[in-house]
Amino acid sequence: MKTRVINFIKRFAAVALFAPAVAMAAGASVHLDKAPVSTEPAALQHGAKLFVNYCLNCHSASFMRYNQLENIGLSETEIRDNLMFTGERVGDLMKIAMRPAESKVWFGAAPPDLTLIARQRASGDGSGADWLYTYLRQFYRDTERPTGWNNVVFENVGMPHVFWQLQGEQVAKVSQNADGSKKVELSLAKPGTLSVQEYDKAVADLVSFLVWMGEPVAEKRKSIGAIVLIFLAGMFVLSYALKKNYWKDIH
Amino acid sequence: MTTKSQAVLNWIDERFPLTSTWKAHLSEYYAPKNFNFWYFFGSLALMVLVIQIVTGIFLVMHYKPDASLNASGVPVAFASVEYIMREVPGGWLIRYLHSTGASAFFIVVYLHMFRGLLYGSYRKPRELIWIFGTLIFLALMAEAFMGYLLPWGQMSYWGAQVIVNLFSAIPIIGPDLSLVIRGDFVIGDATLNRFFSFHVIAVPLVLIGLVLAHIVALHEVGSNNPDGVEIKKKKDATGKPLDGIPFHPYYTVKDIVGVVVFLFFFSAVVFFMPEGGGYFLEYNNFIPADPLKTPPHIAPVWYFTPFYSILRAVTYPLFGLDAKFWGVVAMGASVVIIAFLPWLDRSPVKSIRYKGPIFKIALAIFLVCFFILGYLGVLAPTPGRTLVSQICSVLYFAFFLLMPWYSKLDPCKPEPERVNFK
Repeated sequence: MKTRVINFIKRFAAVALFAPAVAMAAGASVHLDKAPVSTEPAALQHGAKLFVNYCLNCHSASFMRYNQLENIGLSETEIRDNLMFTGERVGDLMKIAMRPAESKVWFGAAPPDLTLIARQRASGDGSGADWLYTYLRQFYRDTERPTGWNNVVFENVGMPHVFWQLQGEQVAKVSQNADGSKKVELSLAKPGTLSVQEYDKAVADLVSFLVWMGEPVAEKRKSIGAIVLIFLAGMFVLSYALKKNYWKDIH
Repeated sequence: MTTKSQAVLNWIDERFPLTSTWKAHLSEYYAPKNFNFWYFFGSLALMVLVIQIVTGIFLVMHYKPDASLNASGVPVAFASVEYIMREVPGGWLIRYLHSTGASAFFIVVYLHMFRGLLYGSYRKPRELIWIFGTLIFLALMAEAFMGYLLPWGQMSYWGAQVIVNLFSAIPIIGPDLSLVIRGDFVIGDATLNRFFSFHVIAVPLVLIGLVLAHIVALHEVGSNNPDGVEIKKKKDATGKPLDGIPFHPYYTVKDIVGVVVFLFFFSAVVFFMPEGGGYFLEYNNFIPADPLKTPPHIAPVWYFTPFYSILRAVTYPLFGLDAKFWGVVAMGASVVIIAFLPWLDRSPVKSIRYKGPIFKIALAIFLVCFFILGYLGVLAPTPGRTLVSQICSVLYFAFFLLMPWYSKLDPCKPEPERVNFK
């Protein structure tokens, strides 16, 4: 009886240990680069400029108001003069004129609203920022695609490479990994107006802005949180002393 | 007390049992003095319930249960949640407290239930407390499930789709039942509005009623304790239990410490990782619900995953009925079976402290299975994972169904006369 029980436990332990290994085997995915996300106003402002110039034609940010950019250190005049082009008011939402039904015909899929993109793209592989940072740097020339571009992270994406003048043109060398999965290596065939480091920095700034826009309150949240935790730590000392004092007579 | 305030109190007491209620439930409710760490979670569950109700009241002021699209093409319900997060002053905090509170509720309740398993809190004379508790757990699951639809994100939508479809597997009444639940042929505006109604008023009323019954029943028979001995058996000359201390002030001051420690961890999540690593707020749920785009992998929220795994573990049709139907039956049974524990446990002692090795091993296996099932429930099924979840499901049920035998066979130690206290 006893050996049976022990055998059973052994078998059970084997299953218990085995389970995570089974789980790990699935889901080989693209490696994501760690995004150097910044909360510096200069980086966010640069990101906002890139966003308004390059993204906000096809993509909307329909939960975001122009004057919320004051929270990254821009004045109302600066916002109006540098970041608004089509006669909106500064309290308006960042909407676009392009209609989803039309853009779906043009691109195969309607470009998603970008307000929450940094939160949406998070997964087990990395943060949403990591995904965006990798995605925006891994477009390559692919003549078989209608736009002439393809992407390592998002295969057969409908979006063209809007930064191609900045980054230049990358080409892909496709081979196979040891495990049979597809391996894509990119190299710069035609340099753009920015060096590789400059382009990475520009994308990092844009991604930082997208992260900020996903949750503008994030930094404030953390600073309030620190005060709350300090307060609770103090409360713990007091409440524990109170409990000790009341309980000293209980034996 | 001054004579004047005494007079006011007398005036009230002649009309309402204020002093006697205070005494019966707090200042002269005698609780065992040897409560340990595990006994914090009851009062914490009550506090989380209050957090959920208070934050919920403020969320309802701004939330709109409307599945139609606004001018930007976003569902109004989804947009109203983002409005709360971005434009309502302090709205982000209220929302994070509520979303984190949902997960915290289950963490606290699971620990509270596990305490019951450890110390035999379900045993005679506490069967009704345990049954009320199981009903609270069921109501909580319904509350959480319906609340999860309200943000109207992709996971809200498709999670509800999967779960409501399960009801259609029930023979004869199934299709009509799922139609009644949805109020439509697909999850839509009708579903959103009825779930909102249930989440905001119907289920909370049931929950509060059950919690009241749970506490009244507890105070009728008195609390169990880590030694599992009845303190009412040994009383002093005045009729007070020798090992009992008045709940107030002793346990009120102790529970305040528990509340502060809990709030510390709770706030750490709310302020520093409100998404809970994608488990408290799923990443996919930041995408508005799209009935035309099925996400590649639909996983329920973490607190449902052990039961969801049991559902998926059933892959054989039986008696001409779908495997899906038996999966639903197994999932339902896995929750309902908890209510029968008082009659399944035949051990001569209540507490794990005096139970023998068989129970300890059984409980350990049960716990490991519960965690494995929970883990597998988050992942997409593969043949290997399904096998593991089948083994764990069988062991989950074996813990309950074999208990009448193994709890009797188990060589137990004798219970002490009095509780152990330091």
